[in-house]
Amino acid sequence: MQNDPIARDYLFEWLLRRGDSALIMGHRMSEWCGHAPVLEEDIALANIALDLIGQARLWLSYAGAVEGRGRGEDDLAFLRDAWDFRNLLLAEQPNGDFGKTLMRHFLYDAHQVLLLEKLLSSRDERICEISEKTLKEVRYHAERSADLVVRLGDGTQESHQRMQAALESLWPYTSEFFETDETDRAMAEAGLAVLPETLKEDWSEMVGSVLDAATLIVPKTGFARTGGTTGRHSEHLGHLLADMQFLQRAYPGAAW
Amino acid sequence: MSKEWPLWEVFIRGQHGLNHRHVGSLHAPDAEMALKNARDVYTRRKEGVSIWVVPSAQISASDPGDKDSLFEPSVDKVYRHPSFFKIPDEVGKM
Repeated sequence: MQNDPIARDYLFEWLLRRGDSALIMGHRMSEWCGHAPVLEEDIALANIALDLIGQARLWLSYAGAVEGRGRGEDDLAFLRDAWDFRNLLLAEQPNGDFGKTLMRHFLYDAHQVLLLEKLLSSRDERICEISEKTLKEVRYHAERSADLVVRLGDGTQESHQRMQAALESLWPYTSEFFETDETDRAMAEAGLAVLPETLKEDWSEMVGSVLDAATLIVPKTGFARTGGTTGRHSEHLGHLLADMQFLQRAYPGAAW
Repeated sequence: MSKEWPLWEVFIRGQHGLNHRHVGSLHAPDAEMALKNARDVYTRRKEGVSIWVVPSAQISASDPGDKDSLFEPSVDKVYRHPSFFKIPDEVGKM
């Protein structure tokens, strides 16, 4: 696929989607460092942030190699502007309270586990390798976030209300997991990835059973917010990038 | 009643064949969360292959004030140390 320029563009685009979502999720998570409700949780969130940023590095460095224009992981992370980012809108949503961050993470983790499991049989060797490595981390993230969603959803009256509010505000962003466009179709036809829509049933079941246990009600809305994976972002991403990219923008090439 | 989560003592087995060793403590609402927190707080640098957590309240400790009567008497009884025997190499680490 890498020798055919059109196919290469699809692969590059698809890899950016993987890497950018991990990067932006990781950055958002890192914003909790020093602010989490308890010390144990603070360290756990920082660990997860680092896992996600590590995953972003794997996907983005592969994307840079596929693109073949000499851009590395750092160039892609720090020197692109918002419209070139391909992350899910869900990832860039502000942290809100601890419950909202946790809910965002839970919805994302469940999808990641299902996606990465399918990618283990990709015909692209590097995609298989990255998926195998990251799946181990993501399985722990998913177990942990599901456990906490149940504890807080089925916790006190206040924690329940906050989790239900988080679910309602984030639910419209989950449609984007399953949006399928020509990049996805090209990847699926080449045997490199799966069609996103094929994961929906399993995801709904997986998430539904946890939300049931958490006594949370899945919103009925059919309203969907999408666009992140094609570069149409909410206003939040620009602010996030201003923070994340500041150093490289102000002091190009700075290193330690 | 305190609103703080109970304290747990964390023990980690560094590698197969070694004992679990006390590494520290943490707060958690129950055993399951204590294990998860221990994983995140104490095994970030590949420190272990197994974790035990024990409610700190379940540990009975000797009284530091009793240390003279408890430990002092063994100071001059060198014959209790097995240092008068030559240990064959085949025995390995003891």
